[in-house]
Amino acid sequence: MLEIKNLHVSVEGKEILRGVDLVVKAGEVHSIMGPNGSGKSTLANTLAGRPGYEVTEGEVLYKGKSLLEMDPEERAREGMFLAFQYPVEIPGVSNTYFLRAALNAVRRHRGEKEVDALEFLKLVRESAKLLKIDDQLLSRSVNDGFSGGEKKRNEILQMAVLQPSLAILDETDSGLDIDALKIVAEGVNALRSAERAFILVTHYQRLLNYIVPDYVHVLYEGRIVRSGGKELALELERSGYASWENQASVSTAGR
Amino acid sequence: MTAQTTISTLDQAGERLLQLAQQSRPWRSGRLAALRREALDIFAEQGLPEPRSEDWRHAHLGPVREELDYIRPREVGAARVAKSLLEASPFAGVGGSRIVFVDGQYAASLSDLTRLPPGVLLATFVEAQEDSALQEHLGRYATFGDHPFTALNTAGFEDGAFINIRQNVSLEHPLEIIFLSLGEESGRVVTHPRVLVLAEAHTKVPIVELHLGAGRGRYFSNPVTEIVCGENAQVDFLKIQVEDCDSFHFGRLESWQDRNATVRTAVITLSGGIVRNDTGSALDGEGGYADLDGLYLLSGKAQVDNFTRIEHRKPHCGSREVYKGILNDQGRGHFRGRIIVKQGAQGTDAKQTNKNLLLSSGALANTKPELEIYADDVKCTHGATIGRLDDEALFYLRSRGIGEASARSILIYAFAGEVVGRLHHPEIRQAVDRFFLSWLPRGEVVRAMAATESING
Repeated sequence: MLEIKNLHVSVEGKEILRGVDLVVKAGEVHSIMGPNGSGKSTLANTLAGRPGYEVTEGEVLYKGKSLLEMDPEERAREGMFLAFQYPVEIPGVSNTYFLRAALNAVRRHRGEKEVDALEFLKLVRESAKLLKIDDQLLSRSVNDGFSGGEKKRNEILQMAVLQPSLAILDETDSGLDIDALKIVAEGVNALRSAERAFILVTHYQRLLNYIVPDYVHVLYEGRIVRSGGKELALELERSGYASWENQASVSTAGR
Repeated sequence: MTAQTTISTLDQAGERLLQLAQQSRPWRSGRLAALRREALDIFAEQGLPEPRSEDWRHAHLGPVREELDYIRPREVGAARVAKSLLEASPFAGVGGSRIVFVDGQYAASLSDLTRLPPGVLLATFVEAQEDSALQEHLGRYATFGDHPFTALNTAGFEDGAFINIRQNVSLEHPLEIIFLSLGEESGRVVTHPRVLVLAEAHTKVPIVELHLGAGRGRYFSNPVTEIVCGENAQVDFLKIQVEDCDSFHFGRLESWQDRNATVRTAVITLSGGIVRNDTGSALDGEGGYADLDGLYLLSGKAQVDNFTRIEHRKPHCGSREVYKGILNDQGRGHFRGRIIVKQGAQGTDAKQTNKNLLLSSGALANTKPELEIYADDVKCTHGATIGRLDDEALFYLRSRGIGEASARSILIYAFAGEVVGRLHHPEIRQAVDRFFLSWLPRGEVVRAMAATESING
């Protein structure tokens, strides 16, 4: 599904990712953990194609194609989805018709028939119910005046409707209370399948109690410094990132 | 100002414009003839405005002063127009009844006055000049002592549209007034379109005033519209400009409101060359309410200025003003919004917003709110922004599979949506919406999105 090789990324001239390697196969759930500033969000945004993230070295293959040459919209149409850490408010654009336009863009790309408004409304209402999203939020402007939790649930709603092959969740758990977190996790778990992969970017182990990953990676100063199974998350919960921080300060001092 | 101390010598353009006004057809009505004489005197004295004066500092008067070939319209205007030209307009068919002027002259063959409901008068000035209501009100609201272009219009108009809605009459379909400008290649055709709307007490009327350029020649349109809204009456007035890119349009729209009256004006500039809109609103009875909306789309080298003035004269009146500009290419747009709260106008609630969206690095927007408040129990707010398309929002839309051109159009459409959504009359709203979508790159995508759901939901 996804193969990241020696990825180096700079933002505003500052190198953030310094050689990331990662392979994600269909059906797998990977969690990327790490302290603030380690490059987790940079990785997520680079994969989604956000402008301003400059790849200086390395390559990324997505479904066998070179991902980095694709525009953000092409990536989305090829089944990639980024749940934003900070979902954007777009006053004046209705949540429902924005999402239908997105779905139809993806379907056109796949050579499928577009869904009409009625079919779509049925589809979106089902997903909204699962995520306990009020119908009234559907007709409002995209994220406009939504609470933090509503915004995050709206991201998962979009994911449920767009049915991506690879979903990247960028700190979807931050700022959520435990009830909202459970709802979001249920939404994600309902989408888990043998054809679909997830990358969960998170700062907290808490999320992983509800969405159990197959692999956990620790990102530190722009590199994956350790990979393991779900038990690695528990270990991190106990010991924190301190052990790497010590190692790093030694290695920076040596440089 | 300096104009008071210097004895005005008309420049060449001013002289020519005065000459053309003097040549206009005489009025049978003594009142109209007197009004013309007064206006001629004032224009002869003042000429075109001083570019340095505060009200005209930002106006693009250069080309107006430098034009040497102002001419009168040809008499045969209407005969040159095929009905298809009007039907091609997105606004065709919006109205129930329609009055059409071609280069300032009434075009009976293009008008439809056969289906006017009882209690509604829609007639030309030529026909209605002896009407006492017309004589009483014409020129009372768009005063011209301090407004050279209004003086010029009052001196030069040869016909116009008079609308009189009798007490308690409520109209469902908009009345449509169309001013079509053909222009000439050999010179710049000068016209002074004029409209008077008299909505008596307890009436309700939607009106569309459409200014259309035929895209074939040069012209200078200098229209003045006065709206009188009686007690508890409601007027929805939409002025739409689809003018040619080398035309001049200097327009004035003045409304006066009695007790508990509501006037909603929207001035929508979809295309033009040099455009200046002076839009004024006088709340002269307790409990009145005024909506002033504007939307200006600028591309090429268009220059569009909107000067608005809202006068709260009596207590407990409200006004809401939303002007939005979308500026592309080398477009230049100025907005000045003046709100005056007179002494004793307690309980005034006024809110003004001007927002500008710049789509290119060559576009320029300028905004200036002005509040003059002489009462103490008043709520007045204003806000203005000038910005570009939100990169974050653009990326958000693209990250969901929506192409860049479509994403841009969606955001531009959403920006304008606030004004379009405030248009009160559904037929008018839909017509503006259709035009706007046809103007947007990849508008068909946005249209498909909006097809079944409310546009501004």
